[in-house]
Amino acid sequence: MGKYILKRLLSSLVVLLGVITITFVIARVVPSDPAAKWAGNRATQEQLAQAREELGLNKSLPEQYITYIGQLLRGDLGKSLNSKQPVTTELKQYVPATLELVLLAFILAILIGIPLGIYSAKKKDRMLDHISRFFSIGAVSLPTFWVALFLQLIFYKNLNVLPLGGDLSVMATIFEERPQITGMLLFDCMLTGKWQMFGDAFLHIILPCITIALYPIGLVSRMTRSALLEILNEDYITAGRSYGIREFKMLWKYALKNSLGATATDVALSMGYTLTNTFLVEAIFSWPGIGSYISKAITSLDYPAIIGVTIFGSVCYIILNLLADIIIASDPRVRL
Amino acid sequence: MKNWTDSLKPKIRSMQESFYLLARNRLSLFALVLLCVIVLLAILAPWIIPYPQDIADEAHIADKFLAPSAAHWFGTDELGRDVFSRVIYGGRVSLSTAILTVGISLLIGVPLGAVAGTLGGHVDNVIMRITDIFLSFPPLLLAISLVAILGSSLTNAILAIAISWWPWYTRLVRGQAISIKERKFVQAAETIGTGKLKIIFRHIVPNCISPVIVQASMDMGGVILTVASLSFLGLGAKAPTPEWGLMISTGRTYFPDMWWCCIFPGLAIFITVLCFNLLGDAAREILDPKTRKR
Repeated sequence: MGKYILKRLLSSLVVLLGVITITFVIARVVPSDPAAKWAGNRATQEQLAQAREELGLNKSLPEQYITYIGQLLRGDLGKSLNSKQPVTTELKQYVPATLELVLLAFILAILIGIPLGIYSAKKKDRMLDHISRFFSIGAVSLPTFWVALFLQLIFYKNLNVLPLGGDLSVMATIFEERPQITGMLLFDCMLTGKWQMFGDAFLHIILPCITIALYPIGLVSRMTRSALLEILNEDYITAGRSYGIREFKMLWKYALKNSLGATATDVALSMGYTLTNTFLVEAIFSWPGIGSYISKAITSLDYPAIIGVTIFGSVCYIILNLLADIIIASDPRVRL
Repeated sequence: MKNWTDSLKPKIRSMQESFYLLARNRLSLFALVLLCVIVLLAILAPWIIPYPQDIADEAHIADKFLAPSAAHWFGTDELGRDVFSRVIYGGRVSLSTAILTVGISLLIGVPLGAVAGTLGGHVDNVIMRITDIFLSFPPLLLAISLVAILGSSLTNAILAIAISWWPWYTRLVRGQAISIKERKFVQAAETIGTGKLKIIFRHIVPNCISPVIVQASMDMGGVILTVASLSFLGLGAKAPTPEWGLMISTGRTYFPDMWWCCIFPGLAIFITVLCFNLLGDAAREILDPKTRKR
């Protein structure tokens, strides 16, 4: 076990180094004049020279590579062209909002996806099973950015019950100061007891959260269904049934427990896809997270910010995969 | 001649069987028919769309933002162009970009996987570590930064997606190659002194290509979504190309008042990707012996 984790840790480090190398190639080797990209379109000669100095472009490539890694180790991702702030500082500002959104979406996905999958497996090949399977494949096929627009059309324009975007309405910030503890607004409101603001923030998170949750809901319910179908055919289930254990308990306790491993792996792996979906959704709902940050960076060709988000996203993804593997390895049935 | 037809018979039978299994599931049969219609529409688009001139930059400002009607089924956009014509033509754009993207990914991924699986050892190790690295980028993010550096265009988007997509095929082909290289005919070829390269491309690759083709066609949906997402972010097709993602992105400015500019292209993406995914799901069930028996 310990040996496996160590091995897995080492291979993650190798992959991390590889990812960093690729971003180095993209940022410094592919463009014909990296300094021009780094300093932006309207850079003066002076700024260009400064960028060359900063990136160490007058040195050889291997030397540049070493400087690059040194900068990354110090958490230096360069300065954003838009705000002239270090990218790392800006990321710190934007990450909590994204984290809040993704976490909530995954909780929603598990709360809806698992019961849906169980139900589907129990009523295999009945009408409701077909509907829920169609829903889960449909959820995977929907362009997320379009769903976001669609929900806005229904709930903002037609029904006018939910806000169009943002994380807080202007009215809510007039009388009360925005709490800043963790950066996760809902959580902070709970901590400071600002329940009115909590309500307002909650209304704002509903639509983006549902949009992001659709894909993991589909995935979780499909995985739960197929894992359960396999398990329900096993002898111990038949044995349990013949002992007269209630079907409900059988499904929710004994069968579900064994299917969760497969589901957990898929949830972890779908995190990467969800992360990128989040980018698109945030841009539409003007949610103040990394997604809005990178889409702003894309439209203004803010290269340091784009590369910074890419590195940050990949590091998160590698850590998530590592955690997923360690969780699976801690299952005593898995022999390594 | 007789031998040739005989050797084909089991293949035809298994195809018939697969088709029977496919047809048994009414939903996947429906998806297949719908997909054929979509492909046909995409091929015939230039000749059948009601306003062929509207796929270009032509503007009829007098007709802008007309709501859906008999003359314009899906309404008109900000330049007075017929959205229906553009959506149908968009299928041509999306399908061809998806085919190109998957094609390029196959060109990179298949040879690498075959070499890794056949040669094994250090070569295998190096190639597989490289695929691991490429797969540790969250999907889309690598493509986003590549296009951002290369400059945004549909061609660069295709290249960028292919660069982040090929490792999947390398993994698949490697697994196949490992099992095929143990087969008698490969060993026979080795014994008579056939070169490694010839063994890989004459004997191994042709024999592991069918699961690859199934996988590739299942991936089409995902690729179409990715291309649309990149275009939506402004990193793919450029105006006036009638690309679905781009149409949604342009229409977004006038959303939700002129909802038809966004809703119909999105619906087109959804239906096309859904068909591919439904078929992919059916294919997986047919190919998986565990579910086949049930």
